[in-house]
Amino acid sequence: MPVPADRHFFIDPRRCIGCQACVHACSECDTHKGHSMIHLEYVDRAHSPQTVPTICMHCESPTCAEVCPADAIKRTEDGVVQSARKARCIACNNCVLACPFGVPKMNVGFELMMKCDMCYDRTSVGLRPMCATVCPSQALYFGTEAEARALRPRSTPVHEFRFGQQTISTRVRVMLPGADAAGPLDVTAAMHGEEAADPMAAVLPEGDLA
Amino acid sequence: MCRVERAVVRSIGCGFLATGILGGLILVGSRRLSHFDAALVAYTFATLFATFGIAYRYAMWLRRPPTAMYWKRGWQVFLRPGFLLRNLLVLGRRLLVVFAMNRFIWRRHVARGAAHWLIMAGTILAVLITFPLVFGWIHFEAVEGQMDRYVTYVFGFPALSFHVDSLLAGLVFHGLAWASILVILGVMLAMRRRMRDRDAAALQRFGEDFLPLILLFSISATGLMLVVSYEWMRGYAYEFLSILHAVTVIAALLWLPFGKFFHIFQRPAQLGAAFYKDAGARGEQARCARCREPYASLLHIEDLVEVERQLGYRYELGAGADHYQHVCPKCRRTLLAVAQARRFGTPSRGEA
Repeated sequence: MPVPADRHFFIDPRRCIGCQACVHACSECDTHKGHSMIHLEYVDRAHSPQTVPTICMHCESPTCAEVCPADAIKRTEDGVVQSARKARCIACNNCVLACPFGVPKMNVGFELMMKCDMCYDRTSVGLRPMCATVCPSQALYFGTEAEARALRPRSTPVHEFRFGQQTISTRVRVMLPGADAAGPLDVTAAMHGEEAADPMAAVLPEGDLA
Repeated sequence: MCRVERAVVRSIGCGFLATGILGGLILVGSRRLSHFDAALVAYTFATLFATFGIAYRYAMWLRRPPTAMYWKRGWQVFLRPGFLLRNLLVLGRRLLVVFAMNRFIWRRHVARGAAHWLIMAGTILAVLITFPLVFGWIHFEAVEGQMDRYVTYVFGFPALSFHVDSLLAGLVFHGLAWASILVILGVMLAMRRRMRDRDAAALQRFGEDFLPLILLFSISATGLMLVVSYEWMRGYAYEFLSILHAVTVIAALLWLPFGKFFHIFQRPAQLGAAFYKDAGARGEQARCARCREPYASLLHIEDLVEVERQLGYRYELGAGADHYQHVCPKCRRTLLAVAQARRFGTPSRGEA
């Protein structure tokens, strides 16, 4: 069964408290049992405890699939970019290096790329992904857009991102400030003047503290 | 003629070339069809069709920019002067460990490894026996004056003589029965996993995952029925069973270029990827434009930049890093959070 079209992932990295619950819950998912597909990174370890969880953004035109020489990565009709097909993946690492969000992981022993597949065994039967069920701060939230907007009235989910001259649309949304914030979010622009930014000084907008 | 049409025409040409080469080998190997068994002609034509389809699809597959890049680079690094001998030795080890033993599949799961290895071993054994027989490349003749001895002829040349009651004769004449048993055991293990595991239940598709197993099982089961018929049932229903068996084999041959079986022909690319990684590890490493840490081989990064351009992606940046490919995956993950924080109006350190 496909994942319902009206249910989406909503990520709010600023709400992440680095508890690692998502990392451990992820490895309970049946489609990659025992292997966590979530990356949890410190944004700037020397200056801030801020962390960011990374799940697959499920791009509409997935770069990982396009650069795969073995044609091993498929996007199902519900917009979920699946993990590499085991019979085809040749472990070349192209997808790991090309993904604009840095999502795929290479399992060297298995000679297989593995990535977040939105807990397809769960979401395809109407359940929420493992990480979204355990995230205590709702940095990872799974539901309808109306539910997400009701929960965060002063934020707007966007699903378009810019990397240099390339715009990428995704099935997964990232929360931006303002009830009418517009995408795309320019990711690579964040590289400029980055040394002056202090992630600890970030504050959540009033009304978004639920 | 547009680029796509040219690619199609060239791939069709590759298909005809491969089919022609096989057809020529059948003519030569069977001594102008003098050793060709006319009863097996349907198998031969199905194999020729499969050869055309496989060559066509393979040629189309090689046209994709990432595949073309790996194909070119794989051969370049393998044949690089000074490394060829070493590469040949490594190739031998990889053929044994990766292909013959399937080490990487056993690591994924014991049941998965056992299922794949049994199916693979049975299929290879069956192919090695049946294809030369069907093409007339191998045939057996009784030794003149000695009806209890056979001579094996390969491409028309006498190669091996054996007694009809010897162990070797038993192994050779029943080779397909052993192959069928291996395949059936493997299919049973694979089917068990597909019917019980929740990950398989979520992801599997009939055409991609069940049909190949059903075809393999059908070929093996009907093949064993033929053995049972002539060994223990005095040829009961033999003609019907032989037609049924032919139908299953021909269906699998026709399916070869289209479905999951095509991975048999794609899989050797894994060797090219391994040699490419070896060459990359020996060469200069790329350093991330943001964190300055090495994260991949420069060869790989520059090739990916080229492949992405060919695919129409525009990841070029402004000043500083000229291409987003020069940013490491770890920094890409954190950049999303930094970009989001900027939108929230995070004050800079100097302002805070």
